[in-house]
Amino acid sequence: MPGGKVLSWLRTRFMPHIWCSGCGHGIVMHALLRALIGLNKDKTRTVLASGIGCSSRLAGYVNACTLHTTHGRSLAFATGVKLHKPELTVIDIMGDGDCSAIGGNHFIHACRRNIDITAIVMNNNIYGMTGGQSSPTTPVGAWATTTPYGAVDQPFDLCKLAEGAGASYVARTTIANPRQVETFIMNGIQKKGFAVIEVVTHCHTQYGRKNDRRLPFDNYNCFKEASVPLTKARDMPPEELEGKLVCGEFVNKEVLEYTEQYDKVIEKAQAALKE
Amino acid sequence: MADGEIQNTAFWQGNTALAHGALAAGCNFFGGYPITPSTEIAETMAEELPKTGGKFIQMEDEIAGLACVLGASIAGAKALTATSGPGFSLKQENLGFAYLAEIPAVVVDVMRGGPSTGLPTRAAQQDIMQARWGTHGDYAPICYAPSSVQECYDLAIKAFNMAERFRQPVLIMSDEIVGHMREKITKTEPDKLKLIERVRPTCEPEEFTPYEADPMTSVPPMASFGDGYLWHVTGLMTNDWGFPTGNPPEVEKKILRIINKVTRARNDIVEYEAEHMDGAGIVVVSYGSVARSALRAVRDARKKGIPVGHFRPITIWPFPDAELVKMSLGVKTILVPELNCGQISLEVERAIRGRSEVRGLSLVNGKLFKPSDILKVIEEVA
Repeated sequence: MPGGKVLSWLRTRFMPHIWCSGCGHGIVMHALLRALIGLNKDKTRTVLASGIGCSSRLAGYVNACTLHTTHGRSLAFATGVKLHKPELTVIDIMGDGDCSAIGGNHFIHACRRNIDITAIVMNNNIYGMTGGQSSPTTPVGAWATTTPYGAVDQPFDLCKLAEGAGASYVARTTIANPRQVETFIMNGIQKKGFAVIEVVTHCHTQYGRKNDRRLPFDNYNCFKEASVPLTKARDMPPEELEGKLVCGEFVNKEVLEYTEQYDKVIEKAQAALKE
Repeated sequence: MADGEIQNTAFWQGNTALAHGALAAGCNFFGGYPITPSTEIAETMAEELPKTGGKFIQMEDEIAGLACVLGASIAGAKALTATSGPGFSLKQENLGFAYLAEIPAVVVDVMRGGPSTGLPTRAAQQDIMQARWGTHGDYAPICYAPSSVQECYDLAIKAFNMAERFRQPVLIMSDEIVGHMREKITKTEPDKLKLIERVRPTCEPEEFTPYEADPMTSVPPMASFGDGYLWHVTGLMTNDWGFPTGNPPEVEKKILRIINKVTRARNDIVEYEAEHMDGAGIVVVSYGSVARSALRAVRDARKKGIPVGHFRPITIWPFPDAELVKMSLGVKTILVPELNCGQISLEVERAIRGRSEVRGLSLVNGKLFKPSDILKVIEEVA
């Protein structure tokens, strides 16, 4: 059960939540709240933006400044919040479809711009809320209601996508390792720049039911077995990494942050006025 | 001082004037995407905003342009975006979000010919009904159509005032001619500006009910992220607590309130200009750039002894229907020249209800009406 401090960050008025029993999203929410508490964040100066889907409901359950936007657009809304008030801590919660299908353009540009927002992508490989349609992270061969003969298109590697697009912090872990979820979220929030934390989670209701992971525990066990720490994965041949979930911090680098860069634009424009 | 400016007068194109009007209104955030023929608005804001400490951001697409504007507004900014037809189509999704979640912002559409990529560099008025019904669902838009450079400036200020007062997006439907034509304008002295700011909550943060409206205005006070109030913004239908709801009485209350807050104040919003209406047997109804040709045609017709008047809606939505009806009692024919296939002429027909003959004049080839084109039709029906 969550402790008192965590409870104070929850809008119990908004509950019961909509997530299925055993859903991984609650594990991510708990880890996020522990991270925010661990960093002594102030609720009135913490913004949680989200898009559409099961993942997006997380924002409403947290007692902070919360912004449940349109599908895929949360990063663009969050960019406006952060640019206008850079002093706020801005977290963006997305699902895999939200982030990499309808919101793919906003995602790569938020990475490129390197604005100080922490993006948490809850990747469950499926559109859960709408009943189990395939997403850009559904594995080849997997069943979904829109891939009744098995998915044939190649999935995204969200971490490689974020790295390629220029994010300054990129990490992956799974809900089978809640402590690591918390640590990576803490590291991401502390990073001055755009941070992406992919948390592999599950939808046993829509994805697991038809892909041999019917029970929540089937999924936890699957993630535990498939997880390979990045340090170990570096020495493994590609064929051994087939089907594995490489977990760790892929990128942690210093890149000029957007709102700080824009402050320099203001300085420049105002200096020109004085001349 | 900006280019083309001498003291409080300036020789500007409509787009530049509109951007400066927004700045005068206290706009401190612009998010957008380049699109002809509106780009000068973004370019002016990119140059001017950082001088005032405001923020400009060029986003990855039109959708993000409005999304970041709404995000900034929720954090307390007075925010602007500008686009043209194709971008206006893309912005419809987040416009709906702003109507439902009640987020103030000003959205400019410098109209060009469509559908699709259409005629990027030519004027049209084909987005007028999209401004009314473009996003899904029911809502009550507030929309202005400037017909001069001075009006681009003045209506930008007014649009911000209305956005703040009613807590919703306000549209300025300019067009390529008004946007690119150059005229001398007079700027409002800063101490003469009458600016309206959104009503903010005064209660203790723990007592804040984010969507509990003032019964006198139907508009709820709006907190900004970061100023001490914890609240939830969502595009879902909500109750007063911001809690998603499907409960029929709560749903009905919300949707009717966001419409009624505008309709109950209709008389404060609606603006029009009527000229030469004395004894008119014919009335020309036109707006935006077309009104300039139409007014000239009306004056020429009057010189020829034809009793014709001109009625120009400045607010397209809400449409000045009652005012038009009152002023056209006994009028035989109402002519509605438009750079589209008859969008406002339908609205005029709705208002007039058969009391006069309503005749639409459509021009959709990218050209503008010449006064002589309109005069010819006035003479035909006289």
